[in-house]
Amino acid sequence: MPEPVVSHQDSRETVSFYVLGFLFLVVLPLLNVVPSEESWLHVSDFRLNQFGKFLAFAILALGLDLIWGYCGVLSMGQGVFFGLGAYCMGMYLALQIGKESVYGSELPDFMVWTQVKELPLFWYPFKSFWGGFVGALLVPVLFATIFGFLAFRSRIKGVYFAIITQALAYAAWLVFNRNETRLGGTNGLTDFKQLLGFRLSDPSTQRGLYLLTVLALGAAYLFCRWIVASRAGKVLIAIRDSESRVTFSGYTPWMYKLFVFVVAAGLAGLSGMLYVPQVGIITPAQIGVLPSLEVVIWVAVGGRGTLIGAILGAVAVNYGRSVLTNYFPEAWPFILGGLFVVVVTLFPDGLVGMLRKMHARKKTPTPVIKAEGRTAA
Amino acid sequence: MTDGNLILHCEHVTVDYDGFKALNNCNFSVHYNELRVVIGPNGAGKTTLLDVICGKTKPASGTVLFGHGINLVGMNAEDITKLGVGRKFQAPSIYSNLSVWQNLDLSVKRASKGVFATLMGRSSPAERERISEVLETIGLTQYAHDRAGSLSHGQKQWLEIGMVILQEPSLLLVDEPVAGMSDKETEQTGQLLTRLSEKQAIVVIEHDMDFVRQIARIVTVLAEGTVICEGTVEQVQADDHVREIYLGRAKVAY
Repeated sequence: MPEPVVSHQDSRETVSFYVLGFLFLVVLPLLNVVPSEESWLHVSDFRLNQFGKFLAFAILALGLDLIWGYCGVLSMGQGVFFGLGAYCMGMYLALQIGKESVYGSELPDFMVWTQVKELPLFWYPFKSFWGGFVGALLVPVLFATIFGFLAFRSRIKGVYFAIITQALAYAAWLVFNRNETRLGGTNGLTDFKQLLGFRLSDPSTQRGLYLLTVLALGAAYLFCRWIVASRAGKVLIAIRDSESRVTFSGYTPWMYKLFVFVVAAGLAGLSGMLYVPQVGIITPAQIGVLPSLEVVIWVAVGGRGTLIGAILGAVAVNYGRSVLTNYFPEAWPFILGGLFVVVVTLFPDGLVGMLRKMHARKKTPTPVIKAEGRTAA
Repeated sequence: MTDGNLILHCEHVTVDYDGFKALNNCNFSVHYNELRVVIGPNGAGKTTLLDVICGKTKPASGTVLFGHGINLVGMNAEDITKLGVGRKFQAPSIYSNLSVWQNLDLSVKRASKGVFATLMGRSSPAERERISEVLETIGLTQYAHDRAGSLSHGQKQWLEIGMVILQEPSLLLVDEPVAGMSDKETEQTGQLLTRLSEKQAIVVIEHDMDFVRQIARIVTVLAEGTVICEGTVEQVQADDHVREIYLGRAKVAY
């Protein structure tokens, strides 16, 4: 007897992946370069850069989707791992400013005005690009390994884990805000000039970063998909459905949780690393409780338990924010909160769930098994 | 001390929940390839007994010897599972969002169930063969690719039994398998368990006396945390002490 055939959902997800890939990798950059600036088709440098940021966020969302959507473990501290990645890359970029800084010192500006005379030791590895690059991945991964080991080993679950991760986000925010941390305090790291010799203010550099982000997102997606499609991916869903059964089938659930938590942290670090040079600033405000919660909303809106949903949610909510804050800047938090409530109560499977329902209604209403995700009903 | 034919030998097991003794100096043993039914009024400690054997609950005192004298007390649930104790829970506990096949595939006994082995693992033809056989045994072949959550209550119970069989346990613990089943399903479950008992020892907890009569050879009666009587269904039903315990309560199981 053959193993279960790939379900329709999977093939549809593959199509969505190619469509999105084509859109972001080919169409958007072409619309940026080819049409004249007056044309309605033209995508401005600003817009393209903005999408680069959204797609970096999508990588962060993928990680949360793995741990929350598939494994059922809600982490409300993904912003911390994002921040660690972002700060590592930010430290490299800050050291690249060199003599161009406001005070003409080799040290980053904030060190000059906080009277730091010498570069702190922990900044040294970030003098090189590879220090920043490897650090942005390794620091979140190591931190998640230690934190996850302590939490999951002690069988901390469900709402308790969510609360602990939220406390972690708050603690990280406090630490990064302090001047003594030597990471720029409340102002964070900013005023970056160049990356590997490329000027960050140059549109072509930003275009390159955009393309790099699209490729990184594609790779992250395929990696997550490989995990989800493997037997270990099924164990993740099994843990969500019935953790005790998993234990009594000879698996050790906490190790799977730790694994997927560490993967999510690595993806968050990658996301932060791509975010910094495109946005040009990283401050503690981007890594605290609120930004961590927003990731949860993106995934809920897009549809947890589907990888494409995480990407769609991250892009859609952030695009929505960029449009709506133009018109109602004050109302955005309320819109976001309202959106979350509506999605959770009315569309528990998010955008992807809605699309599937519409599709199922059009076709014959035969029940399809889902390889992933929640019940179709 | 241990009789060579015993697969399970619990001695002086006591479980104390803040002063309430769910099991009180309980002695209980099972032979190889035996189908044993445990009955008893609510709160007698039946489920607690299974919990102690499979490592879900730690007893305050006592020993649980399994197979060739391995003491299960103090071992964790995953390791006890690997030794060959399978547990079927009272409420169906299956993976609703996976297909029936995937539910079974995850349960197959494998050398390693660590993260990386599982990440790289693919099912071998022999494993697939085995899964197909079990599907046949539990009567779910035609539902192999359906979402497990869409099965009926009885089918979910069978699926979980199938999942436990695939771990190739030498001792199978089954907690109230026919609660909520139709008469026909109950009878099929009885046949299934009888067939399975040819290959492994099975301990079944049950309330339904018709079902107990269908499958039981030896019945153990548990009350207030201790074994009060053991014997054939007829012997047990004729026992005065047992009658007293059951008749002394509002609802009679007979």
